Amino acid sequence: MFSAMLGEAWHAMGANRLRTFLTMLGMVIGVGAVVLMMAVGQGAQYSVAQSISSMGSNLLIVLSAPPGMGGSARSASGSGPSLTINDSEAIAELDNVSGVAPSTNSSAQVIYGSNNWNTSVIGTTPSYLDVRSWNLVEGYAFSDSDIRSATRVALIGQTVAKNLFGDDIDPIGKTIRIKQSPFVVLGVLDRKGQNLDGRDQDDTIIVPLTTAQRKLFGSQFSTTVRMIMVQADSAKALPFVEQDVNSLLRQRHRIREGSDSDFFVRNLTALADSAAETTKTMSLLLGAIASVSLLVGGIGIMNIMLVSVTERTREIGIRMAIGARERDILMQFLLEAIVISIIGCLIGIVIGVGGALLVNMLTQAAVVISGDSIMIAFGVAASVGVFFGFYPARMAARLNPIEALRYQ
Amino acid sequence: MQNVIVVRNLFKDYVTAAGLFPVLKEVELQIDKGDYVAIMGPSGSGKSTFMNILGCLDKPSSGEYILDGHHVDKLESDDLAKVRNQTIGFVFQGFNLLSRSNLLDNVALPLVYTGVEKEERHARARQLLEKVGLGKHVDSRPNQISGGQQQRVAIARALINNPRLLLADEPTGNLDSKTSEEIMELFGNLNREGITIVVVTHELDIAAHASRQVRFLDGRIVEDVRTHPISEPV
Repeated sequence: MFSAMLGEAWHAMGANRLRTFLTMLGMVIGVGAVVLMMAVGQGAQYSVAQSISSMGSNLLIVLSAPPGMGGSARSASGSGPSLTINDSEAIAELDNVSGVAPSTNSSAQVIYGSNNWNTSVIGTTPSYLDVRSWNLVEGYAFSDSDIRSATRVALIGQTVAKNLFGDDIDPIGKTIRIKQSPFVVLGVLDRKGQNLDGRDQDDTIIVPLTTAQRKLFGSQFSTTVRMIMVQADSAKALPFVEQDVNSLLRQRHRIREGSDSDFFVRNLTALADSAAETTKTMSLLLGAIASVSLLVGGIGIMNIMLVSVTERTREIGIRMAIGARERDILMQFLLEAIVISIIGCLIGIVIGVGGALLVNMLTQAAVVISGDSIMIAFGVAASVGVFFGFYPARMAARLNPIEALRYQ
Repeated sequence: MQNVIVVRNLFKDYVTAAGLFPVLKEVELQIDKGDYVAIMGPSGSGKSTFMNILGCLDKPSSGEYILDGHHVDKLESDDLAKVRNQTIGFVFQGFNLLSRSNLLDNVALPLVYTGVEKEERHARARQLLEKVGLGKHVDSRPNQISGGQQQRVAIARALINNPRLLLADEPTGNLDSKTSEEIMELFGNLNREGITIVVVTHELDIAAHASRQVRFLDGRIVEDVRTHPISEPV
């Protein structure tokens, strides 16, 4: 009986192909838009999650307040960065701190053979790689003894490796020139991708902190550092560590109660959370806008089904006269609406996925096509069919057979 | 002899803006198995309303209607649909075939609502189309055949569930006299096979094919004449 009704629905749809196609089109566009928007939104969420995990977990960043920002005498006098290696060592003694990495950075011209490349050079300690959970794909990292003796060694990021050495030359052991000074490449860093600001994290060179201070960046940085990365041993401890770092540094820098600090502490996790929240909101918004077109598609189905019921009043009368029950008529029209929306949905999924791949191809933006989003689109489309098909179908089922038979 | 139809003290009122409008008044009628009855009367006499009630498309306001031993005046719509599907066969003036479906599917349609499988539906429909002389046209559409042939298809459809009662409402109203004769001949043959037939008509020569003529006027039966004995099934 069900298969017979499915056949009837198919017949009825074939009887007016253009109209069926146009009705379906509303559904196709709605579902296509939902699938595409969800793919783009989830893609954005995915990229944010990637850059967050590339940052390292449970991190605080302590930065020197730039001149003019802090109100203290030190920065107002323009004496440069206020944080020192001693500050960093003191922070490492605090409870719940699992890693500390002081660093300083500047951009510099790098040369290998005839290739030259302008990149960011970070001077730091070996713990930097641990704190940022950054691995090497080749070679090995420098050690504390390199820090003590300020050796000229370097770890290079993927982008730098590609631009200086290309694909054919193995960078390990080669000598590059940073600001004219020769450095031996010890290792190549793993790929990190973009950070939250969209900057390429692989476009970087890491050298020992002391080497950077004494041999690269000049006297201004000889004992100070730009920033200190602090890793807490758990997300729960992070706020307490933040507090402790604040009071410790204020004490060490002899800042009086009530006056501004000459440094500031940023909670990267909180920052990451808010970025994730933003993209989530964005993808929800995209989904909501796309859903509106799905709704409009559903109303289109309802409209056509109402016309169809009116046009086929006599047919309904005939069917009732030869024994169709109310629920048989209800099923017939409901099935027709559902078949239209499901076929429209399938086409819409194909178009949505195709569109997402096209977006990915044209803009390089990450898109995520998940089975979930397709299942949701499918479920919603079927519900739209039932919801908007139900009223016209019930109208058909409630017709009086005598009046329906007499209808011209 | 078993009664296929027993109608007792039946009233039907319509609610209009001007109040209750009585259409049928204390109608009493018994139709025996195998009878062939013509119901006649001018427009507005109530014969169509009576036909709708006999066909379980409408319910009486009061009174009893017993069809094949069952009180159908008390049934709800689903049960009425079942009666229309299995106990009654309908033939209409306007044929009322589904124009989108072929003849085979048209004839088999009632079996869809009976819940019969496709193979059997088609086998039975094919058999009945043979019987009404349209075995070669199973794949045609209703608009590809003549009016007389369409009415034959409608009769085949009405017979598909072996009904106890065949109800025909002006079955020859849209046909020329020669084709009308052929259709009435078909009804005659079916009656001789034992099917009880009730035909509503206002044409005397059509009514003359029946064994009994019942005349309505102003909602009452005013005449009930038997012209032939009830045919014995052969």
